[in-house]
Parts: sequence; C-alpha cells; structure tokens
Amino acid sequence: KSLNFVPMPDYSTAEEKTPFKDVAQYNNFYEFGTGKGDPARYAEEMTVDPWSLGVEGECEQPGEYALEDLLKPHEYQERVYRLRCVEAWSMVIPWIGVPLADILKRLQPTSRAKYVYFETLHDPDQMRGQRSLFSTIDWPYQEGLRMDEAMNELSFLAVGLYGKTLPKQNGAPIRLVVPWKYGFKSIKSIVKIRFQEERPETTWEMIAPQEYGFYANVNPEVDHPRWSQKRERRLPSGLLSPNWMETVKFNGYGEQVAHLYKDMDLRKFF
Amino acid sequence: MPGSRWSGHPRFLLAFRLLAALLASMPFLFLVSNIAAQSLGPDPGQEVTELLGLAAFQLLIATLCMTPLKRWTGWSGWIRIRRMLGLFAFFYATLHVLAFLQFILGWTDLWVTFTKRPYIVAGALSFLMLIPLALTSTQGMMKRLGRSWKQLHKLVYPSIVVAWVHFIWQARSDVGEMVFYGLAILVLLAVRWKWAGSRGMIPFVRG
Repeated sequence: KSLNFVPMPDYSTAEEKTPFKDVAQYNNFYEFGTGKGDPARYAEEMTVDPWSLGVEGECEQPGEYALEDLLKPHEYQERVYRLRCVEAWSMVIPWIGVPLADILKRLQPTSRAKYVYFETLHDPDQMRGQRSLFSTIDWPYQEGLRMDEAMNELSFLAVGLYGKTLPKQNGAPIRLVVPWKYGFKSIKSIVKIRFQEERPETTWEMIAPQEYGFYANVNPEVDHPRWSQKRERRLPSGLLSPNWMETVKFNGYGEQVAHLYKDMDLRKFF
Repeated sequence: MPGSRWSGHPRFLLAFRLLAALLASMPFLFLVSNIAAQSLGPDPGQEVTELLGLAAFQLLIATLCMTPLKRWTGWSGWIRIRRMLGLFAFFYATLHVLAFLQFILGWTDLWVTFTKRPYIVAGALSFLMLIPLALTSTQGMMKRLGRSWKQLHKLVYPSIVVAWVHFIWQARSDVGEMVFYGLAILVLLAVRWKWAGSRGMIPFVRG
C-alpha cells in the first residue's frame, strides 16, 4: 500500500539506494529461517493486520495500543539511511516512518525509565523459524536501547520503505531502525515496548556475549571475533567487482551520536 | 546386485561412474548457470563461497560412504568411484578457499584471519590435510607408497572432523543441519572403529 510522507533530506544520505528487490529479498529474520531468502519465502505466513503493541513499565501511559492509534497523530517521514549488518554487508534504504522519540514521548516515560526494551512477535504457528528444534535462540527476539539513544533524533520507527508499507520480511508492520548500530539492533515486527530501570537483556548478547554486545555500535576498530569489521560490501555487490568500502565509525552518523558515548570505552562496551 | 553378472559388466560400471561424476558435478553446474544468469542475489561472493564449501564437505562425506557401501552390498563398484569423489571434494575445497580469499577477504587481512579466527584455522587445517591426499591419489603414487599410502590417507578422518568444526563454529543460531552431518560423520567413523576392533587393531593408527 502506498503511503503519504514528507521527505527529510537533512536525515537522508544521497548515496545510491539498494534496489527494492534486494532490500526485500535478502534478509536476516530468523523467525522465518536462517537463509537469506527464507524471510521473503515464508513471511507471508504472518498476519500483520490487525496488530497491537503492549506498552508497559516505567511510563504514564501503559496499555495495549492498536497500531493505528499509536501512529495516528504523526506525519510519516522518509529517511534514506545506511544499514550496516554485523556480517559485513550494508545497504542504503529509504524508510518511511516516525521518529521513535515522538512516540515514546507520548507514552510519558517516568524518571525511572533508563532503558527501552522491545520485543518481536512470538508465534510459532506463523513463524516457522520459531518451530525449529535446533535453534539456539530463546524466543521471543528482544532488543533494547538506552533512553538517550532511543530519544536521539536518528532513532526511527519504520512502517514502510520505498514509499510503500513494509514487506513482511522487512519487519512489518512496525520495526525499529537505528542506523548507527549493527542491523540486529533494529528489531522487527514489534509487539512490546517496555520502559525499565535496568538494562534489558538482548537476544544476540544472550547467545554469544563475547561476539555481540548491548551497544553494537558500528565500529571498524572493534573486530567481530570471527571476522574483520574494517570493511563492508555495499549491496548489490558484483562477483568480479565486489563493492567493498571502508566501514565508518557509527556508520557515518558520528556527528549526531558520538556524544552519547563520549566517556565510554567502546572496546569494552562494544 | 552382488553376484549378478550385469553389475560387473564394464559398460554398467562405466555408466555408473559417469552418473556419479555427473552428480558430483551438479554443484559446479548449478553455480556456473546461476552466475551466468546473475541469480545469486545481491551478495554473490558470499553465496558462491558458502555453496563451494558445503559441496566440498558433502562430497567428502560421500567419499567416506563408499567403503561401508562396498562392505554392506558386496559390490566393488562403490570403490571404483571413491577416488573420483575424493578428488571432486578437493576440487570444491580448493575453489572454496580461493573464493574466500577473493570474495570475502579480497586478499587483505590474511595474517590476522589465519591466526586469530578459530573457524578459519579449522577450515584451513582441514584443507591442508586434503592436499597430500589429492597429490598421492594416482595409481603410481599408490604403488610407490605401498602400505604407507593407506596410513597417509587416514588423514581424511581428522580432515572431515575439523571441517565439521569449521561449519558448526559458523552456525549462528540454527545448528540443525550441522547436527545431521555430525551424526553422519559419527556413524561413518564408528563403523571403521568397529571393523578395526574386530581385526584387533587400533583404528586410525595401523592399517
């Protein structure tokens, strides 16, 4: 479905966009299988309408919200962001959505809210990857941000891309986009938002804490233990002419976010 | 098949070997046609590297199936394709290493990659162990080495185990496929252990 939106050039890169077909067919969404093509093949099995989100924890407006009600007061924006996957590939995607801060403010977090926790739908009937006997993921998929990260102007809740509602494999009907962090922080198909005082546990950190940290800021200086993070393949990449480029700290968004981490050792808090 | 006359017929054996060669070529043909059609998705280098590695691993397992198949069916045709399957495995493993160097590393970070990344070290070890096996796979080398040829070629056992480690180390969350291959390898090694035991010998050490 086509969406109405306002382009936001100040929040958009002019780099060449990754074509729609690649954005919609090359996905990590383990709820539908671990192959890159699995989500595009099987995400149809998920129902995204109606959709509601539970809001809980340290806020004045907890409750169960229908997706439309949560989005209604807001005007959609288009932001063209770089997306850097921890696996060393990257894309440029025109997202449609709403700044995360705008929505969180309406929920009125209390002074005790230090972190925001997000959760993906958990329904093995609709998500075949969750039925796998050999998966080491303890479903549901969960992610989190520090409050100041969540309130940063770049943090975005996407409901569409390329001018249309999100394809299911891209995390329909609503997903997070945090462009200065590795892709796995940008949790898909969100059903729960919780404000909390303690730092939430996040899925990949629980599986392999030595490989995936809570912060997961894009950082060429800190290698993944199994591969280098110095470079990335911007997709689509050719076989004979791989589209290599140098990875930039904070995925090139340092101007907007570096201050959030100014007193932190990013080798320790990776 | 055992004992029947047609199963030992040279024409049948030839057809059997051709069929095996065709099957073993499938991954290569698949890759070539998909590269030509540009249908490997937006990150073809990664795709090609993974496919080649898996093909090498599968053919190595197939190679190890031949001796048990011969013993269980009594038909020697299986042994006639064993070397060919092993060489196909080596062919894919070689392409896999080259693809990794070219498409994933771009020939950079070689030292760090091969010293600091455990799963790469495992893969490299597995490949290194296959090299002498491929080099001594000819009839001539077999004759020249005599008994030690058999000893040498037991390297295939550690090679396949380390190859499995190379894979399971990369599985990020769903280990189902590698559990399956692991069980297959376990069975293939266990039957050899049993045969060696029944002959009163220590497996993998003496022939």
